[in-house]
Amino acid sequence: MNLVVRNGRVIDPANGLDAPGDVLILDGLVSRVGPKLQAPAATPTVDAGGRVVTPGLIDIHVHLREPGHEYKETIASGTRAAAAGGFTAVACMANTSPVNDTRAVTDYILAQARAGGLVRVYPIGAVTRGLKGTELAELGELAEAGCVAYSDDGRPVMNSALLRRALEYAQTFGKPIISHAEDATLAEGGVMHEGSISTDLGLRGIPAAAEEILVARDIALAELTGHRVHIAHVSTTAAVRLLRDAKARGVPVTGEVTPHHLLLTDEAMRSYDANAKMAPALRPKRDVEACREALADGTLDAIATDHAPHALTDKEVELDQAANGVIGLETAAALCLTHLVREGVLDLPTLITRLTVGPARVLDLPGGSLTPGAPGDVTILDLERAHTIDPARFYSRSRNTPFGGRACVGAPWMTVVGGRIVMREGTLA
Amino acid sequence: MLPREKAQVLDDQGIDRALTRIAHEILERAGGADALALVGIRTRGVSLARRIAERLQAIEGVKIPVGVLDITLYRDDLGLKAEMPVLRGTDIPFPVAGKTVVLVDDVLYTGRTIRAALDAIIDLGRPRLIQLAVLIDRGHRELPIRPDYVGKNLPTARREIVQVLLREHDGQDRVVIQEPEG
Amino acid sequence: MGLKRKDLLEIRTLEPAEIVTILDTAASMKEIASREIKKVPALRGKTVVNLFLEPSTRTRTSFEIAGKWLSADVVNVSGSSSSVVKGETLMDTAKNLEAMSPDCVVIRHSASGAPHMLARALRCSIINAGDGMHEHPTQALLDLLTIREKRGHLDGLSVAIVGDIRHSRVARSNIWGMRKTGMSVTVAGPPTLIPPGIEELGVKVTYRLEDAIRDVDIVMMLRLQQERMTGGYIPSLREYARLWGLSLDKLRAARDDVLIMHPGPVNRGIELSPEVADGPYSVILDQVANGVAVRMALLYLLVGRGGEAGEPGGVPA
Repeated sequence: MNLVVRNGRVIDPANGLDAPGDVLILDGLVSRVGPKLQAPAATPTVDAGGRVVTPGLIDIHVHLREPGHEYKETIASGTRAAAAGGFTAVACMANTSPVNDTRAVTDYILAQARAGGLVRVYPIGAVTRGLKGTELAELGELAEAGCVAYSDDGRPVMNSALLRRALEYAQTFGKPIISHAEDATLAEGGVMHEGSISTDLGLRGIPAAAEEILVARDIALAELTGHRVHIAHVSTTAAVRLLRDAKARGVPVTGEVTPHHLLLTDEAMRSYDANAKMAPALRPKRDVEACREALADGTLDAIATDHAPHALTDKEVELDQAANGVIGLETAAALCLTHLVREGVLDLPTLITRLTVGPARVLDLPGGSLTPGAPGDVTILDLERAHTIDPARFYSRSRNTPFGGRACVGAPWMTVVGGRIVMREGTLA
Repeated sequence: MLPREKAQVLDDQGIDRALTRIAHEILERAGGADALALVGIRTRGVSLARRIAERLQAIEGVKIPVGVLDITLYRDDLGLKAEMPVLRGTDIPFPVAGKTVVLVDDVLYTGRTIRAALDAIIDLGRPRLIQLAVLIDRGHRELPIRPDYVGKNLPTARREIVQVLLREHDGQDRVVIQEPEG
Repeated sequence: MGLKRKDLLEIRTLEPAEIVTILDTAASMKEIASREIKKVPALRGKTVVNLFLEPSTRTRTSFEIAGKWLSADVVNVSGSSSSVVKGETLMDTAKNLEAMSPDCVVIRHSASGAPHMLARALRCSIINAGDGMHEHPTQALLDLLTIREKRGHLDGLSVAIVGDIRHSRVARSNIWGMRKTGMSVTVAGPPTLIPPGIEELGVKVTYRLEDAIRDVDIVMMLRLQQERMTGGYIPSLREYARLWGLSLDKLRAARDDVLIMHPGPVNRGIELSPEVADGPYSVILDQVANGVAVRMALLYLLVGRGGEAGEPGGVPA
């Protein structure tokens, strides 16, 4: 597909570009970027009107729930939500039902994505069979089927010896392992961060040490094996400190953070609202500050939403029964523009980096830049658009967000995948 | 809309004389102080009951028991209120069964307070006789209640307010009629 | 001046003046217990549902008596806290109840925050009879009433709360209530049973019983919550009883006029020796009696009233 986007402010951090210009996509690939480009006759044109034009945003931590939990989300509805949120590619986690630990499931996911997915879908395979943490899954077969990484996310791999073997074995296929770094024995029964608020509310808490312990272990194993570990949803000061130190020493480790861990604290649990229940838990202010700093200085390579759809029945129950997690695809861009860029936590090019080339490099994905030959994926952001987050209008099947009603300034304006417009002004094409 | 005083109906001597007369009437009708008990209805009924008891003791030389009754829990308008009225508590430290109980209140108006007081007393036991003594009867009954002893009959308009001031509560002894301003 | 609120979910958000109103009202209610006919018509025609989804005989009975003495119609619904076991979520249970138009739901549940969920969903008044590890407001109120009766005042008194603070809703509610009425509080117990950040509630922390009970006006011993304890908080009951149980012997360190309190039921021989539980310093039975009065007061203040309309101020005579 061909498309030319004109009159944008093109920000392509991978190529160090932040300048007015056009982007030309031919046959679904980026052809050229520059001012006043020539395009073949009859190329569909988009006038960006001065808006910010970036490589298509990539979310490397998404739960699409299909196969098995289609009542919460499907590949079709999840990719629609992604497109609405300005994302052109998502990597989906393996904790489906059945678990994505064999090529049969990977094939299914890819087939569903081809049939009804609106954006690119990169499956992540399980590290262990059934996510049980006892035996390795067939990592080779999963890689052949198209998995871009391995993760038991939803759970940690508690057995250090097993994780070591997994890291060693995975070197054959060159795919990183994504770690849900939370010590299950310390986290057991916990519903929020352990601290003065959990004491006040009479809720079982999970100490920050639960994350610190596994991050330290994962870094040590990355160092021992030389194989890349990516720490999912970092939330604590300690984890950030360990990551910074490990990177400085050259250990092959990367990290990501979610928008909700950058914007909310454990105070959000005061209303006993299950939409504030996540894993890892929302932390106190000082941890949020540490994550923000780490995102700014690159210790954290990517923003990833950990989009976790849940139905009302999963959330509207007693807190210890409520499912963990919130959706994020349709709110991430708007929230980051409003609360990170506008409030001066990150400059715009850095935010774009963390949403494009940052995640692409973590998982070695094509895209994340506008280098000629890259996939023709583009996101156009409107920095001025004022709106209120309205979950009733989400494309996702689920509505479990803590951000309903929040006023934002800035939103995705257009999403282009392979030269094809999939979202225009908030509406799916 | 603060009320303003329209007229004074009784001064301190007037109150004194009324209470003295009521004490004599009680003794006359009861045929003596035997099995007699006074129950004052909170708040000012209590002070009046105590003053009547003092007079009864002065006349007959016998100490008459005085109880304190809070009728709040028996009011017929509780379910209409946005906020519950404050409870001050009932304290009747003697059995009412078989006694002649004289209820004492400052102003008799619609009769609803007395109805509540009757229910409250009967929940405590079965008196032989219940009588009612009031300092002022201002008319406008909404229930078939009548007093046995009255200090002063006072015809009033509904919008008027009858205020009994007693030194134990208000630092002075007077009864006044007030008109709401405006 | 009544309570200007629909529900009583926690002591944490009560004003000190509201606590005084409740205690004063409860004190006035006590006399009803000594009557021959223990009934007043204040809540006639009102329906109170006791939704006890966690085992409890004494609190439920206390609320039941309180409601009945006020002439309310009391309905007891008991069962399991677990939605899975019941096959019905708490929200479903609540909606079903609402269809029966109760005036008040008294709820005890094993999940902290369950009463808050109900209060958002139901129009009627909700009274928290104990939610998980969070609060047990009526217990704290009856404890305060008992202390006030015995000592004549609350302000300036000192209290030691000893035991499994971590899992105790009684401790949390009492800490809030005592701090709001000007009392000073020390909590004591093994470090594993003291929750993180408890100092931020304005209490002192010590790990030794002897240090806690010296010089305080009141010692409140907590039940060792065996049912809540999994996971190695203490090595054995024996060791706990030896180090943190209150025996006559250890009581010598306390003041001569100390009051010993316990929310009940007492694990005799563990947190309290029988001699102390039944001894002259113990006011445990007074606490129970005051429980009914406090619950009557709350039912009266929250449930007795009608809608926004109504006569402002006094009743016509």
